[in-house]
Parts: sequence; C-alpha cells; structure tokens
Amino acid sequence: MAQGDDAQIEAIVRRSRGRLLAWLAARSGDIGAAQDALGDALIDALESWRSAGIPENPEAWLLTVARRRMIDAHRRTSVRQAFATRTLVDEATSVPEEGAEFPDDRLRLMFVCAHPAIDSSARTPLMLQVVLGLEVARIAPAFATTASTLAQRLVRAKNKIRDARIAWSVPALAELPERLEAVLEAIYGAYVCEERCAGMAEHARTLARLMADWMPEEPEVLGLLALLLHCEARHAAGEDHLGRFVPLFAQDPAQWDAGLQQEADGLLAVAAREQRPGRFQLEAAIQSVHARRRISGRIDWSAIDTLYQGLLQSWPTLGARIAYAAALEHISGVPAAMRALGSLAAQDVRDFAPYWAVLAHLQEKAGEQDKARASWLEAARCTDSASTRQWLMARAVQSGDRQR
Amino acid sequence: MKYTLMIHETAEGFAQREDAAHQKAYWEGTMAYVEAIRAAGVLVTGAGLMPPDRATSVSWRDGKRHVQDGPFAESRHQLGGLFIIDVESLDVALEWAARFPRRPGLIVEVRPNLAAD
Repeated sequence: MAQGDDAQIEAIVRRSRGRLLAWLAARSGDIGAAQDALGDALIDALESWRSAGIPENPEAWLLTVARRRMIDAHRRTSVRQAFATRTLVDEATSVPEEGAEFPDDRLRLMFVCAHPAIDSSARTPLMLQVVLGLEVARIAPAFATTASTLAQRLVRAKNKIRDARIAWSVPALAELPERLEAVLEAIYGAYVCEERCAGMAEHARTLARLMADWMPEEPEVLGLLALLLHCEARHAAGEDHLGRFVPLFAQDPAQWDAGLQQEADGLLAVAAREQRPGRFQLEAAIQSVHARRRISGRIDWSAIDTLYQGLLQSWPTLGARIAYAAALEHISGVPAAMRALGSLAAQDVRDFAPYWAVLAHLQEKAGEQDKARASWLEAARCTDSASTRQWLMARAVQSGDRQR
Repeated sequence: MKYTLMIHETAEGFAQREDAAHQKAYWEGTMAYVEAIRAAGVLVTGAGLMPPDRATSVSWRDGKRHVQDGPFAESRHQLGGLFIIDVESLDVALEWAARFPRRPGLIVEVRPNLAAD
C-alpha cells in the first residue's frame, strides 16, 4: 500500500464518485442520504488514506464506509420518518468483495433524473449534480437562478424520488423511446446553457459520451453525441482571436475541427443503420450538411430543406422552426422566410434572441433598415453572451447607418 | 350510506407535520380521530397522503398521455388525506367532518359515494 498523496486520492474520488453515488442511491432509493453518506466517507478516506495509505480496492472501502453510515443514519431517524417510506438499505445488500468491480448504476440514475414525475426544470441540474458531481453553486448560473433556489429545487426532486418511490430501472421497451428522449433532452438542456455559463457544453458532451458507452445500439443516443460533436467542432471558429462572436455563415471552415466532424459523421452513419430516425439524428444531420462546406465550399440547401421538413413534422421546437426560417431564405427566398417567422406566436418569440436576429437579417435583405435596426436591438436585449450582444449591437449600428 | 371525507390543508398545515413545535400535536390529533372513528364502527377505510409536492399527475391531451410533476391544480388547499365512512345521513357525516382536528387552512369536503352494485 502506497502512502496516499492528495493528488492520487483526488483522482480516485473524481473517477469513482458518480458510480459510488449511483450504487448507493439505487439500493436505498435516497439520493440525498447517499450524497451525505458518501461525503462523510470521503472525509474519512482523506484522513485515513493520508496516513495509512490508499487501500487495494479504494472503491470497496468507500462503499463499505458509506453504506454503514447510511444504515446508522436511518436507525437514528425521528418520529416523522416513521410515517415515511422504509429505507431500502438492506443488511443483506453486500458490498462487492475486494477486487471485484461493482456495477455501474449511473444509467439507471440518468433515467430517474429525467423521470416524467420529476419537475422538468430540475432534471438537467440534477444530472449535473449527481452523475457528474458538480457543485450547486457552479451549476446555478447556467440556469439563471441562485444557488439556494436551485439547491431547494434539487432537494425537492430527490425527496420526490425517495418518497414517491420512483422506480430505479431502465425502462421497459414499450416506454423506452419516450423516456430516453427525456434523458437526451435533459443532456441537451445542459448544452444550451453554455452561453450563460462556460463549461456546460463540455459537461453535456461528457454525459452524451457516457450514454453512448451505455447504450451504443440506440440511434438517438448516437445522434445527440454527433450533434454535440458537430457544435464543438465549430467552437473555435465561432470566436475570432479577440473573443468576438462569429456567426456560422461567416466562419472559416479551415478553423473547424475536421476530426470531430468525422467522428460525428461516423456516429450518424452507425445510427442510420438502425433506420429509426429521431430528433437528434436529424439535428445532427443538418449540422453535418453545414460541415460539408469544409470540403465542397458550398451548402446543400436542398438537403437542409428535406431534413428540416422531417424534423419539424415531429419535433417542431421553437429553435428548429427559426433555424428553418433562416434556411428558407436560401431555399425559397426572403418572402418565404419572412412568412415562416410570421407563423410563430408572438409570446413565444418575444424574448428569444435567435428569432430577432433572423428577423433582422431578413429585414435588411428586404431593404427595411429601420425595422432591421430595431430587431437587432431586440436580439441584443435577449442574449446572454456578451460577445454575441456586441456583434448584434454592431449590426444595429450598421443598419442605422444604411438608413441614412 | 357511504360518504368520503376529503381533508384539505394549506402549506402551513402540511408544514406542521415536520415542524418540531407542532408535529406531536398534529399526529396525535390525527391518530385520536382515527381511533374515535374506528371505535364508533363507521370507518370503511382511510388514507393519509404525502404532501402535494410528492404528487404526480397523469392526463390526456390530443390523444397523448402526459405525466407531470405536481398535483392537478395549483391551489392553496390541497388534499392531505381521506376517510370513507358509512353513516345514516349527511348530518352525521358532517358531524364527523367537523370533529377532524383543526389545523391551518382546514377544509373537509364531504361527498356521498355512488351506490355500489
């Protein structure tokens, strides 16, 4: 046994934390209690391993200690919990022996986090906290809320999971498509927070990669990962050397990460063999068409038209409808694009920056500079990213100048 | 004739279940009521319910099933428990409703059950 140094211990904790929590939570039904018990076990580990050295099987050590703490805590419960559900921590649930790998229950944990009975605004932050071990204070800004509000929301969700006894199983085949879509949407929900909180896109990719490891035969799982990789491939090109926002049409394809785009397209090809199209495969395929500009120098708008029509038929999200409206300019012309934007409900788009940006662009093309200027300003008002806002304000100024 | 007594409370009432200053009185009051109603031979069945934040609602819209977190209606008063009793008249059922231990926001709805066939 080597004398434990802090860096080694930290590495073990980072690697195992999510799996340990999932194991304890799946067997007790109580994520909160598992988090407390594991937290205490980690403190014990730090003390003990620093002096006595890191044990042969550190994970078994942590599980044993955490499980014992959970059982002790349950024995000390007060009056009110006599009315609550019984714990599922069973003396007979044994910790895997020294040397044996303990099972990875994180996939079950993902399905629980995205269960329909869980408040939808809690699902993504819950995954980030319990599967990735992120601190609430770090997650909260991504969801435009305070740490204490988010903490309460997560406690409510975890209590619901425990007390309503949400099932800890990977859903049966009949329910799987809908339940899986909820998981993937929650992961995507982390990605879209990148503007508010840098680093979220990477967390989304981590979760998407884990899902691809656990469910490699599910085409939508591969589709989501492909979508996130396509977006990541263009990340560097989305900012110039001064950190200013560069929109897609203005990006230099030479700056795109070809390796990531190829990896994404590889995943899409595997997914396509299943012949079960879905929202994320379609979204990724659209990004794949844009990515081909790197090779062909042009965009195949006809392919994009077909893909969006397929996407919007079953998954008419606001983002996709606006993106399609933008593409329509190149497919059918400015009037068609304007009509598509006009079909959206005012209250849905009022605070949605992409709507105003696309509208502004179309108004410019139609020669309506004063309206365009107003629309650029609306877009700037609604955007969370400082660099994007700067770009939008600059466009507003340009529209204003053209007016004169 | 069977009646269902639906016990509604507000958030303040539900909070008493957990709050150290009130919980003993809250639960002893409930238990005493259950004992009394049982002893009188009128109780068919009853159930205490977890608070509304543990509720999940299932509904149908456009032929699709919707499952969502929370009770069916966001109202101040939420169902906390129910009793099914078998008594001679509404007046007797109302007496039992009035005997339920008073707590913040208490409303007891009394409804006759459909006759079983």
